[in-house]
Amino acid sequence: MRPQVTLASMLTISPELRAKIVAHARADDPDEACGIIAGPAGSDRPERFIPMLNAERSPTFYRFDSMEQLRVWREMDERDEEPVVIYHSHTATEAYPSRTDISYASEPGAHYVLVSTRDPDETEFRSFRIADGTVTEEEVRIAAPAGPGGPGGPGPE
Amino acid sequence: MAIEVRIPTILRTYTDGAKSVEGSGATLAELLGDIESRHSGLRERLVDGSGLRRFVNVYLNDEDVRFLGGLETPVKDGDTVTVLPAVAGGRR
Repeated sequence: MRPQVTLASMLTISPELRAKIVAHARADDPDEACGIIAGPAGSDRPERFIPMLNAERSPTFYRFDSMEQLRVWREMDERDEEPVVIYHSHTATEAYPSRTDISYASEPGAHYVLVSTRDPDETEFRSFRIADGTVTEEEVRIAAPAGPGGPGGPGPE
Repeated sequence: MAIEVRIPTILRTYTDGAKSVEGSGATLAELLGDIESRHSGLRERLVDGSGLRRFVNVYLNDEDVRFLGGLETPVKDGDTVTVLPAVAGGRR
């Protein structure tokens, strides 16, 4: 029985969470920044921002520290969450998944957000689905996601 | 003797969707061999010619087995082994 994967074609993310990802990428530049945004399992709602240490501390590679990853993954399990967004930054190249990004992608249900800080003034922010070695870019909608209980929750204040 | 092995989403195709499987063995290598006998192909996702694959994290209870004995790490009844593919990537 294959695991269920729903391919939504859009990432909906709040302006606050988008800003946190961008700030993290800028702060760690020229090293690649990385992290996740957890959300309730099956909801496709990114809610809980979890910046991760780049154990490689490198401008050309990132890797979650293995013990931190265990702690975070266990915590998500306990809270019935999953990694809705997995993000990292490229500091000198475009915000597009590289060959290594694709080969190591191991969460087929996640939105892979790539940020590029190659330009000092403008940060590129794009989102992709990566499954079975295939990359599909998707739309990014910056909006407060609908809360639990149905679509059309209250907009930002 | 039962040792629980927790399987990440991407490897559940080898376990008919099961989140964890049980096995036995005195070392991690033996345990993986035992599990391979019921879930063919799973071991190859975890082990290559030089030992545990570099971008797969394997934990014995609360420790990364890289800091224990790798494939020769002793395991015993009641232990939990957790597998998590590394989250990694880069510029190229």
